[in-house]
Amino acid sequence: MARKLPGVDAVIVGLGWTGAILAERLTAAGLKVVAIERGPWRDTATDFPPSYAPDELRYAIRQDLFLRPAQETVTFRNKTSETALPIRSFGSFLPGNGVGGAGTHWNGQTWRFLEKDFVVKSHVTERYGKSAIPEGMTIQDWGVTYADLEKSYDSFEWTAGVSGRAGNIAGTRQQGGNPFEGPRSRDFPLPPLELSHASSLFAKAARELGHSPFPCPAANASRAYTNPLGVTLGPCTYCGFCERFGCGNYSKGSPQTTILPVLMRRPNFEARTNAEVLKVLTDRSGTRATGVTYVDAQGEELEQPAELVLLCAYQFCNVRLMLLSGIGTPYDPAAGTGVVGRNYCYQTGAGAQLFFENTRMNPFIGSGALQQVIDDFNGDNFDHTGLGFIGGGSISCGQTNGRPILYRPTEPGSPRWGSAWKQATVAGYQNAASVGSQGSSYAYRDSYLDLDPTYTDRFGRPLLRMTFDWHDNEHKAAAYATQRCMEIGRAMGAKQVLARNLSEHYSIVPYQSTHTVGGAAMGADPKTSAVKRYLQSWDVPNVFAVGAHAFPQNHGYNPTGTVGALAYWAAEAITSQYLKSPGALVPT
Amino acid sequence: MRIILAIIAALLAAPAIAPPAIAASPSFEVVQRGQALAIAGDCVACHTVPGGTPFAGGRAIETPFGNVLTPNLTPDRETGIGDWSDEVFLRAMQTGIGHDGEHLYPAFPYPYYTHVGREDLLAIRSWLATLEPVRNVVARNEAVRNQLSFPFDIRLSMAAWNALFFENGLFRPMPSKSAEWNRGAYLVEGLGHCGACHTPKNSLGGDRTSATLQGGAIQDWFAPALGSDLRTGLGGWSVDDVVEYLRAGRNAKSAASGPMGEVVSYSTSHMPLADLQAIAVYLKDQPAVPRDAIPPLPASDAGMQAGRAIYLDNCAACHTATGAGIPRLFPTLSGSAVVQSPDPVTLARVVLIGAQAVATAEAPTGPAMPAFGWKLSDAQTASVLTYIRNAWGNVAPAVDAGTVASTRRHLAQRAGN
Repeated sequence: MARKLPGVDAVIVGLGWTGAILAERLTAAGLKVVAIERGPWRDTATDFPPSYAPDELRYAIRQDLFLRPAQETVTFRNKTSETALPIRSFGSFLPGNGVGGAGTHWNGQTWRFLEKDFVVKSHVTERYGKSAIPEGMTIQDWGVTYADLEKSYDSFEWTAGVSGRAGNIAGTRQQGGNPFEGPRSRDFPLPPLELSHASSLFAKAARELGHSPFPCPAANASRAYTNPLGVTLGPCTYCGFCERFGCGNYSKGSPQTTILPVLMRRPNFEARTNAEVLKVLTDRSGTRATGVTYVDAQGEELEQPAELVLLCAYQFCNVRLMLLSGIGTPYDPAAGTGVVGRNYCYQTGAGAQLFFENTRMNPFIGSGALQQVIDDFNGDNFDHTGLGFIGGGSISCGQTNGRPILYRPTEPGSPRWGSAWKQATVAGYQNAASVGSQGSSYAYRDSYLDLDPTYTDRFGRPLLRMTFDWHDNEHKAAAYATQRCMEIGRAMGAKQVLARNLSEHYSIVPYQSTHTVGGAAMGADPKTSAVKRYLQSWDVPNVFAVGAHAFPQNHGYNPTGTVGALAYWAAEAITSQYLKSPGALVPT
Repeated sequence: MRIILAIIAALLAAPAIAPPAIAASPSFEVVQRGQALAIAGDCVACHTVPGGTPFAGGRAIETPFGNVLTPNLTPDRETGIGDWSDEVFLRAMQTGIGHDGEHLYPAFPYPYYTHVGREDLLAIRSWLATLEPVRNVVARNEAVRNQLSFPFDIRLSMAAWNALFFENGLFRPMPSKSAEWNRGAYLVEGLGHCGACHTPKNSLGGDRTSATLQGGAIQDWFAPALGSDLRTGLGGWSVDDVVEYLRAGRNAKSAASGPMGEVVSYSTSHMPLADLQAIAVYLKDQPAVPRDAIPPLPASDAGMQAGRAIYLDNCAACHTATGAGIPRLFPTLSGSAVVQSPDPVTLARVVLIGAQAVATAEAPTGPAMPAFGWKLSDAQTASVLTYIRNAWGNVAPAVDAGTVASTRRHLAQRAGN
């Protein structure tokens, strides 16, 4: 029996980007807020001193900051007819753990989705007809528009200290920015990062091919910056230790470097770390949450009553918690009914590996979002007539890192060991570059999440089961993107241009992307979405679930900019609407 | 008589209510002023165990002669100062004589508080009397003794100390100076007790009054000179720089950490802007210390060259190759008084074990300097310190490995305590 604690106004599950944003907004509104975080406390000063933060073995290989499968994992299978087995070593994706969550170890690529991404189903149907959407594909509109979210995107970018160049300010095209982006209310808080050699070659080639290159929006501060909360970031040193690392130079926008210094000073906020939430509790009617139960670091089970429950954990952790707590109807793939677990999506990778001759890429000069990008083949920025697929991706070239253990590109045919391999890595280090496409991953009826019938976690709760594979549309889209990447690679003057195609079947073994999304989509229709346009549960209105689980499908960008925007969007709805009149924000 | 009249007045006004004891209490304004003055005096920093109840005492204050435990200032009658009369309180503050006539140790800065006016001290007393009484047996219990070496463990020895170093007397304004200057002087020399750290001490722990505010060593830190010396004092700072530093804990050039971080956190960041301005005006009017001009070490010096290489590899990412740092985040090393102080102990300790800038409401970031003691040897640390003390126009004596080793030893002992 859980020991019951005094009640609070809001309990937050998970203290990453969304948890920190909501906690900051809600404590500013005067609420007493407790955040419960499964992992440890993590702070720049104590955990990421630059005297040892750039430790590739510890952080990139041994994955110091990531979730341990012994704490929580998922079982996986490609299709319903297979038996899912638990992931015992994370590979394809690396969920974060601890204060800051994935916001600690991300690269900082901070995108806004395209205007048409938010209405993808309506738009594709209107432009290409209903038949353009393949049988079994379950893409849908978001229930919010780009215009709805613009202010929230802006809040996130100015909090995180994003460096970039606007392409569209209030409808006016801006030279050097992304011509396809939706209108911004103002420019980025910081100018773009400098170019790496590879990205300058890319930008020149792309321009020659008639495309429109622009700098990737980067939560890697190009200058010192003090955000609206008064927290200061230092300029990025291009050390190349972003993804999988905490930033010791106070340069990468993260909860630690932008929000927590203010949040932790507030007397109406408390963070409880090394404490895992077991379940959201509901009253007898099942329509009102009463709080959560959790197990603390000492192993004691506690009940934290709260007026509001905010699910801010990693994407699949939120979906699982909803399933374990009976919040929303579980998805049934056979009947095509239910919503929790529906529309699980990923990210479609494709590209080209390039090798030049006698050049100096100097990849040790790197930063998480140090790249040039074209959006000419993203979303529906190009005519899909006759292509046989819908969707697309951003195409980029840059230098996130040149770290000594994992960054060892060698030309095909090079020996795999010995002194000849060493020579090949020396040459490859300076001569290699890659052009990559980060593509949309659209939703299908047979790609979903549910509770595993066999495997349980250390508390005896069923693990989440992931059923996912690539579909024909994504294969075609990836093949198209690969061709575009190779064209650019050749125009860059590479001696060798090697295709990097999508694998035939999705595999959870090699690292691809931590952009797992969907499973509890937001939307306007309770039959196809688990949460309303304000991220509020349709069934339990004092539960809000905020994160990438709410994406109805994935688009051709990194998700964090949109995740951050959704957090500000939900916070605004809670503080300006819900608190004044607690209840359903959208009638059911 | 006045009290009786007040009670009668109260009874007439509200006959159903029992006479309130507050009839004799000081006004709300006095209590509030007392709180502000207690903040200016930074009383809470010493009279609170880290993480403990504020003002309940028990913190061990380190002196070169041993530790002194601070008493409980809450109004608990048995273990606090609840049974002290105003006169006893005034005597303690102004002359260092305790409740039972015993001599207090000058770790309690009565040599500064003696300059504070009676009204101000009584206002502090009024505010302390509003605190929740906390039972916390410190010092007055024989079982909890101060940990001092002979002869300082004998309280009476403080009578002799007082005869040598204590000068009783109220603050006397300088008519030739502005009201602001005088307010600053009153705060700095009185409640602020800045000299407790920033004035060098003689071998018996008394202020070297000939060197007031010229910088002092304390607890393996060196509190820099507060005079106008360009290299080692505040000469390079404007009045606004000083105010920003005291208010926010950092300015474009430097950041407070360690004991000064505590001062900012508990005291100056909560003080009225006018008082900080007054302090700055007064400090900026302090004379520079006459020092022998020494030439900087040449860049060709072997130690300088080694230090430069270490600096570029380990320090330049934040402090930049030119020592400019990042304003309001990573301190500027060129022209810094901390860097060029005659005693390099602060520099050595910050490189060896790191430090964190104080976080305040205005500047919440609280950036940290990482520890390098685990990866830099004494000789390497000495080289890099020598380099930053003589690069970019800085001039200061070289640091030798023995000095670093000794700091390392002291810090290890301190960590073991």
